[in-house]
Amino acid sequence: MATKSYSDISLDGLWKNNPALVQLLGLCPLLAVTGSVVNALGLGLATLMVLVGSNAAVSLIRNHVSDAVRLPAFVMIIASFVTVTELTMQAFTYELYEVLGIFIPLIVTNCAILGRADAFACKNPILPSVVDGVMMAIGFAVVLVMLGALREVTGQGVIFGNMDLLFGPVAADWKIVLFNDYPDFLFAILPPGAFVGMGLIIAFKNIIDDRLDKAAAAKAAPVEKGSKRVRVTVE
Amino acid sequence: MALLTLSSPHTRGTNRTSRIMATVALATLPGLAVMTWLFGYGTLINTALAIVTALLSEAIVLKMRRYPVSFFLKDNTALVTGLLLGLALPPLAPWWITVFATAFSIVFAKQIYGGIGNNPFNPAMVGYALVLISFPVQMTTNWAISFQVSGQDVASFSDTLSMIFASAPGMADAYTGATPLDQYKHLIGQQTSEQVLQASTFNGWLNGGWEWVNLAFLAGGLFLLARKIITWHIPISMLVALAVCSLVLGWDADAYTPVTLHMLSGATMLGAFFIATDPVSASTTPTGKIIYGAGIGILVYLIRTWGAYPDAVAFAVLLMNFTAPFIDAYTQPRSYGHKKAKRGLKSGDQ
Repeated sequence: MATKSYSDISLDGLWKNNPALVQLLGLCPLLAVTGSVVNALGLGLATLMVLVGSNAAVSLIRNHVSDAVRLPAFVMIIASFVTVTELTMQAFTYELYEVLGIFIPLIVTNCAILGRADAFACKNPILPSVVDGVMMAIGFAVVLVMLGALREVTGQGVIFGNMDLLFGPVAADWKIVLFNDYPDFLFAILPPGAFVGMGLIIAFKNIIDDRLDKAAAAKAAPVEKGSKRVRVTVE
Repeated sequence: MALLTLSSPHTRGTNRTSRIMATVALATLPGLAVMTWLFGYGTLINTALAIVTALLSEAIVLKMRRYPVSFFLKDNTALVTGLLLGLALPPLAPWWITVFATAFSIVFAKQIYGGIGNNPFNPAMVGYALVLISFPVQMTTNWAISFQVSGQDVASFSDTLSMIFASAPGMADAYTGATPLDQYKHLIGQQTSEQVLQASTFNGWLNGGWEWVNLAFLAGGLFLLARKIITWHIPISMLVALAVCSLVLGWDADAYTPVTLHMLSGATMLGAFFIATDPVSASTTPTGKIIYGAGIGILVYLIRTWGAYPDAVAFAVLLMNFTAPFIDAYTQPRSYGHKKAKRGLKSGDQ
């Protein structure tokens, strides 16, 4: 099959076929852990590691595993990478690992990862697969962080709190208090707020897409200049 | 004399949305008056604030959606949403609670779903539930107590204004207290019913003024029934279900809230006649309305008795809103002259 160009792959992952906004995959961790920027970024990076690793590995074995058993093989590969990621996080960012809890092992069940393995990596050579993994994961992580920021600001009135969990003591004072005396808005901190925030972000993307489509359509069919004779009498 | 040629119909019915909604608003006035008499000006200020917010946010969203603004504002539905929220929120709740709840209910619960007639959930109750789960402290500590309970005059108008808008610290403490439902629920495990009712909150055996509020809303509801704005199905089935539950399951007043408190306290009557009967989000078939109302009554009892919240009308109504389309699909009546209606949902149905 014809391989896609790298820029097409990137555009797909980041925007046109964004796993969170368009495919709506991996919503469970997306909605559950995006209470703050640091949680969102932590899960985004973990997903990045797993997705890149699994895409590369699946691409390598794509000619050696029969179609009938491909799904179990993919899940085994993904599970191995999740375990690696989990152990890495335990080693370097233990507190963040504690905060994210069950959602790190649950990356195994993130449909976005299995989806990419089945839809892309098992049909393409290793390099495009890795690029696809990186771009898809970045697209996913960007949405995670946006949602995390939205919920942290509306929920607690601060942003970038507890960033030292991920970046070490250097980041201890990155927290910016946007509103003093902010009454905690529990709705935004709890999962229902994530649904509303997610809906708003998707709506925003649709508005942008709509505008782009209209602009493209206007460009494609330029208005004819000058007057045009119109027949007004009936024969 | 000039003869006008007009086509039929020559009599105009009163069944227009704006008239119906205006009648609903009118029917809440006894309740509003009694709440103001007992608890002070808080409810009045909240209601005014909520109505202004509702109309403003409705106008802004309509403008953004490029809909005719004045045409839709004149149907009075936003006014009723604001009015009901103002009545439901704690009388001394800070102004931003009222504004936030109302704006959310209009923008998110009503307009985002497509505006009037398209909202699957009761907008006022969505706003109420939102602030109730988001700001538990402000939503539980700002319940004004009646002058009968506190033994002092209600707060003056200017004092009430400063409590709501400036949230003057400590000032509201003199005028607020636990609601009867809350107090009974929390003390009944440790004390007997007789001991609990000694507390001033109950003002003797009565419900600390709340019985008058509920009777006033009952009167308003009966007015709506008499004007045929609502049918009897939802309020009666809800009240009967609540009464039966509290008589059968909660017959022991030393262990559970007694039936008098269930029926004449909290938001029971407001919920039964004004909130559960929302024509958009409620069930619409006669049998369906009875199931829907009974469901609300049962849920109110369950949540009040074993849930974390002292009152439950908002949650009960929202939960039954989920089920309303399903109930309707299974309770289609036979229309006159036709075969039995097709009931239930099959795959492929719209």
